[in-house]
Amino acid sequence: MLQGIAFYLLATVAVLGGLMVVTAKNPVHSVLWLILAFFSSAGLFVLLGAEFLAMLLVVVYVGAVAVLFLFVVMMLDVDFVRLREGYARYLPLAAIVAGILLAEMIMISLAVVSGGAAADAAGPVAATADMSNVEAIGRVLYTDYVYIFQAAGIVLLIAMIGAIVLTLRHKPNIKRQNVARQVGRDAKTAMEVKSVTTGAGVTPEDLV
Amino acid sequence: MPDLISALHLSAPEATLAVGGLVLLMLGAFMGEKSVRFISALSVGLLVAATAVAVTGPLGQAFNGAYVADPLAVYGKALIFLSSAVAIVLGDGWMRRARIAKFEYPILIVLASAGMGMMASSGDLISLYVGIELHSLALYVLAAFHRDDLKASEAGLKYFVLGALSSGLLLYGASLIYGFTGSMRFDEIAAYAAANQSTGLIFGLVFLICGLAFKVSAAPFHMWTPDVYEGAPTPVVALFATAPKVAAMVLIARTLEGAFAGSHDQWAQVLILISLISFAVGAFGGLVQKDLQRLLAYSSIANIGYALLGIAAGTTAGVQAMLVFMTLYVLDQFGFFAILLSLSRGGKPIRKIADLAGLRKDKPVTAIALTVLSLSVLGMPPLAGFWAKFYVFGAAADAGYWMVGAAGLVASVVAGFYYLRIIKLMWFDPTPEGVGPTDASPVEARTIAWASAAFSFPLVIVAIGWIDHFAGVAATGFGAG
Repeated sequence: MLQGIAFYLLATVAVLGGLMVVTAKNPVHSVLWLILAFFSSAGLFVLLGAEFLAMLLVVVYVGAVAVLFLFVVMMLDVDFVRLREGYARYLPLAAIVAGILLAEMIMISLAVVSGGAAADAAGPVAATADMSNVEAIGRVLYTDYVYIFQAAGIVLLIAMIGAIVLTLRHKPNIKRQNVARQVGRDAKTAMEVKSVTTGAGVTPEDLV
Repeated sequence: MPDLISALHLSAPEATLAVGGLVLLMLGAFMGEKSVRFISALSVGLLVAATAVAVTGPLGQAFNGAYVADPLAVYGKALIFLSSAVAIVLGDGWMRRARIAKFEYPILIVLASAGMGMMASSGDLISLYVGIELHSLALYVLAAFHRDDLKASEAGLKYFVLGALSSGLLLYGASLIYGFTGSMRFDEIAAYAAANQSTGLIFGLVFLICGLAFKVSAAPFHMWTPDVYEGAPTPVVALFATAPKVAAMVLIARTLEGAFAGSHDQWAQVLILISLISFAVGAFGGLVQKDLQRLLAYSSIANIGYALLGIAAGTTAGVQAMLVFMTLYVLDQFGFFAILLSLSRGGKPIRKIADLAGLRKDKPVTAIALTVLSLSVLGMPPLAGFWAKFYVFGAAADAGYWMVGAAGLVASVVAGFYYLRIIKLMWFDPTPEGVGPTDASPVEARTIAWASAAFSFPLVIVAIGWIDHFAGVAATGFGAG
């Protein structure tokens, strides 16, 4: 009973969120609706007993992907008014694609319900009864797959090194904050009188 | 726990490189840009140490079959790690002269070598994929290492985008194979394939071969090769042409012979088709090239065709032929690239084939070295390249593919044109009017070029017996341990 209520609530919110993503005028609002849809889907995963997937969805999609979208939306100068041009023109084609997709999903659901895959996979089966998903994955992740896990870590490290190698530039003449020097200075060291030749002018380099 | 200790003991070569790479990264980050030479020297030492660890280490399987240490892996790793070390030596001086030296260059090569080691000893589909990604990602960055150079950036981007596409193909194939067999491990896939005939499995296998063929730049998956060879910094291209190719060839041999030994008829067709197209593209594509590095790209496409032919034979002799071929090929390639790195005129590297005209007056020894290397790649007996092709064609003929071998011979005759043109330009054409003398060559490039030429002839006549022996041990000890 309670599960049923939770399911319909989360499913409704997810579908509404998805609808708002495509209809919202403001792209930032779209991203926020997307986050709502992700959260609701994570709730659905919890209902299915796949709490690890739910956590991944929140951490990866909400935490990283959606924030990335926000960055792109806010930092790139994308003209969304122009992107929306031709909305009416492409609507029939989009409606046909969406209709086919919907029909397919309904057919698959009906097939699953009326036997087929539902017969031998009625519900998700936990690997072991006394262990949660997270624990089961953790046990193999750091034992059987520790080699792959560490290698994947190095892949990410290489991505980081690559980003730094290809983009970091050391600019000269940048003044960086040095707290010890700021605190340690007094009236004598704070000021320096420089003599400037009359009529010669000064360049910024002379003042450093 | 004892399990983990023995597993770590088995995978010590990769662990050495990974941990050593991290330590060097810390050293570099704290010592700053002036540490480049120091870090390069340490990286070379680390790679040599990893080779020693690989050669002396125990054999066996670890991590549920994800890691296989057998003679094939040991042979591959020795070749890969030493090639990477040579690439660091070649690159260090060149990068400093081009004023783009950074301590990340040797470190990226060390980490890429760890990935290539993973590929050479991968025993299941996950370690195959992670190994490929580990080394490719480092190579993408290395291709774009000269970041202010437009062509290098283009090379890096092209390599990255097309590499991501090929990873997609490979993963698609891997997921199909996993779906149809229910296992990631090569030995379990082989057991399933022996018991069942499955079209889906063959489908996945074809995708897997396509993804792997991309990594060795075999035609028709070679589109990235000429542009990347042309744009990327020359020492990086020297690395591309050697270590990753060896790693991917060992991986192909291991995957096809280990996991799909029963489907030899199916994958041999695909490999032979790829070989034939590579012969054609490499031989005819090279004819019209004006840039030396592009020419070497087409030469590498044709050569990979020969190496794949060895694997297509599907026999122990075929794997042995592939290993002999790759060893001699790598040694020749280092000679070519070292010569490219050692030739410059007025501070600008010589890149056009036409600029080699009259080289015999400026640099007689380098001209002799380039002549020997060209004749070797051409397949002139008794130079190194001849032995390489001799083994491959012998294995192919024994397996009944003598027609393909004949096509390969025709291709090497066609490709002979562009090697002979280099020789003709150097020895018989005068230096064009108004062109100054070439600059003094850097010591490390010159030494490596001469050493490589000396190996191609006459040292190879002594060494071929050793290479034959070790490659034979590696090929027969396949999967053992």
